Amino acid sequence: MSGHGDTEALLDALARIDERIHEERAYLTELDSRIGDADHGNNLARGVGAVTDKRDELAGMALDEAVKTVGTTLISEVGGAAGPLYGGSVMAASRELEGGLDAESALAFARAYREKLMERGDARPGDKTMVDAVVPAVHTFQRAIEEDDLPPVDALAKAVDAARRGVEYTVPLRASKGRASYLGLRAVGHRDPGATSTLFVLEELLATAEDRAGAASVRDARADDAVEHGADAERAAGEEDE
Amino acid sequence: MVGLLVVSHSAKAAAGIVEIAAEMASDVSLVAAGGDPDGGIGTDADAIAEGLAEADDGEGVVVLVDLGSATMNAELAVEMADAEAMLADAPVLEGAVNAAVHAAGSKATLDSTLDAAEEARGMSKL
Repeated sequence: MSGHGDTEALLDALARIDERIHEERAYLTELDSRIGDADHGNNLARGVGAVTDKRDELAGMALDEAVKTVGTTLISEVGGAAGPLYGGSVMAASRELEGGLDAESALAFARAYREKLMERGDARPGDKTMVDAVVPAVHTFQRAIEEDDLPPVDALAKAVDAARRGVEYTVPLRASKGRASYLGLRAVGHRDPGATSTLFVLEELLATAEDRAGAASVRDARADDAVEHGADAERAAGEEDE
Repeated sequence: MVGLLVVSHSAKAAAGIVEIAAEMASDVSLVAAGGDPDGGIGTDADAIAEGLAEADDGEGVVVLVDLGSATMNAELAVEMADAEAMLADAPVLEGAVNAAVHAAGSKATLDSTLDAAEEARGMSKL
């Protein structure tokens, strides 16, 4: 079982991401209108909406297959540069989730995503692109898991903080990739729309992970309670017998 | 014969470039893939993949692209497609015309057609 529960977590995350991108649609488009072609919010909203339409289909899939389908859907529906960048990277990285979701596979997914994103966009940190959010996030996630031995949810929280700093770092930059690179100095002073939407997605992944970790610890506490109560009852029953 | 696929953010631009190139080489398989999935300005990996299949008669396809995301979506489409295809690092209109004239010749191969498209990079207008 490569985790029906994992696919359920994915569906939770997708629902949150859909809601968030729709909330931020106007803001993302406004950012893109300053330095790009003013389509980022609408394109992404169309893409995540199409993913939501496939919810029932995704629910019957193993995690890696479901994530791959999310990628191909984004490629088909988002368009622009964000379609191949988000969709292509998700699709390529999905194979890392073949065995389900744990700290190791989450990290492998994040690294594969970063690699494909940088290759496809031919972008490096400092180019004022999504890479400026993704590179610090993945680097921080990896260090938190491998060196600091943090639980995945805490590692993700640190990664989101790193992505947030990365987005702010794009503000004073000139762009050297994408449509914004035609603008030269006029791109300076604006947050990169792709880095910003990447941060929104990461924030929703974190919220999902925190929610589920919270629910799981409540469940664990209840299970512990049940075990203790059960033991008490048994003890009581035993005492009565004596 | 080697086929040509023109990818532009605008469906009209892609069709127009095909029209110009076809005037020089009417026998060559020239296909346009322009615009986003909603018919607006943008590019569409699925439409490009369909265009590749349409342009290919077994000898491969040279792909001409305009701006940034056209390159990315074309690369994705080439990865997904069955046809052997190569992206030209060339100006889209001049490259398409050069490649079309070359592809119409009897000795044209995929590599030589790609070279012909890329020679357009150095063309000076004045």
